[in-house]
Amino acid sequence: MKPAAFDYVAPNSLEAAVEALAATNGDGKVMAGGQSLMPLLNFRMTRPSTIIDLTHIAGLSFIELRDNAVAIGAMTRHAELEFSKLVAARLPVMAAAMPHVAHLAIRNQGTIGGSLSHADPAAELPMLAVFYEATIKVQGPGGRREIPAEEFFVSALTNCLEPDEIVFEIEFPVLTSHTGWAFEEVARRFGDFALACIAVSIALRDGRIADARVAAMGVADTPLRLRQAEDALRGGQVGPGSAAEFAEVVRSCLSPADDIHVSAEYRRHLIGALAEKALLKAGARATGEQP
Amino acid sequence: MKVDIVVTVNGRKYTASVEPRLLLSDFLRDTIGLTGTHVGCEHGVCGACTIHLNGDSVRSCLTLAVRANGMDITTVEGLGTPDQLNALQHEFREKHGLQCGFCTPGMLMTGMDLLEKYPLASDDEIREGLSGNLCRCTGYQNIVAAIRAAACLRNRSAP
Repeated sequence: MKPAAFDYVAPNSLEAAVEALAATNGDGKVMAGGQSLMPLLNFRMTRPSTIIDLTHIAGLSFIELRDNAVAIGAMTRHAELEFSKLVAARLPVMAAAMPHVAHLAIRNQGTIGGSLSHADPAAELPMLAVFYEATIKVQGPGGRREIPAEEFFVSALTNCLEPDEIVFEIEFPVLTSHTGWAFEEVARRFGDFALACIAVSIALRDGRIADARVAAMGVADTPLRLRQAEDALRGGQVGPGSAAEFAEVVRSCLSPADDIHVSAEYRRHLIGALAEKALLKAGARATGEQP
Repeated sequence: MKVDIVVTVNGRKYTASVEPRLLLSDFLRDTIGLTGTHVGCEHGVCGACTIHLNGDSVRSCLTLAVRANGMDITTVEGLGTPDQLNALQHEFREKHGLQCGFCTPGMLMTGMDLLEKYPLASDDEIREGLSGNLCRCTGYQNIVAAIRAAACLRNRSAP
């Protein structure tokens, strides 16, 4: 329950961090907030030769509005997102999701860049990145590149980063026309990883759904955007009947697996129930009710 | 490899040369002898090792001592003394919010941060806030009651 020995560097710039990472030839590990990496180190499930600590790099922690997107620095801590007025105003689904991310003591240390890079399929931030069509900006020895969130997550705990690339910023486009939204998650205990979770956001025009965004997690080895479910919502109305139909569409899009926690059948049932609840809540919010 | 660090713990400055793999929890207990911080699971689940780092509650078992270099730490020893308990410690005594005491340092340090950051308007909110801290004795009832009492006190003294 103690980490194996490793070397430690705490560079002052992103460029120096990339250089230090590249110098380890794939044996090094970047530490952002450390809240996923530290348990892996303590269990010795990972034994990196070197830890490259990003704590002392200035300018990687910020939340700012740029045109129609919220740009977030990779070292921004979960608690900063949770308490941000800008996030609450422009990314309401993220604001609703943040209290579900582990516990306060973890949110005080864990970062968005770390969570995305860890790519846990049952973690909230990767799912939010997919939901919002976020752009993940990374730096490597050859320079910078931008990766759409949906391409970033490859499978469970696996992203598409090269071994010497580091996430430095994430840009979340604001869903300006969407006035109704909901985030529904079920975990065994509050703060645990989700058994199933869905985010729904809608734009209404003349009482009908003009646009919809749907993403789910905990039901596959990456967070998923559910375009088929979005298509099914467009042009329809929000009501108990359409919510029940939406639940069936969501269930039909997914083929979750059995795991140690719950059966596949239960998970499929659960995600549908959450979808139904989420659509009704999103509809209520869009028409100005407090769900 | 060893790294020199300087940290402030409960207002006192400590310098040490530590291995990078040394956990902050072990630094506090073994290197500088502050054993009030308890170590339970060592993977961030039980909350017993919760301390404050630059004013925020964190798990000291999920923090490397080297990362705390230059930072300000408060442990349970920094809250109050047996003769002069702080308000939350006082409520834990009043409400009998502990039995064996193993989880108590973590409960107190978490409770202090919850009182700082949340309205704690309902027991549900207090219970959610405590969901990362395990207690195997009390059934949590009296811990919740102690934090509820401290929140009432806080609200009364708020301007």
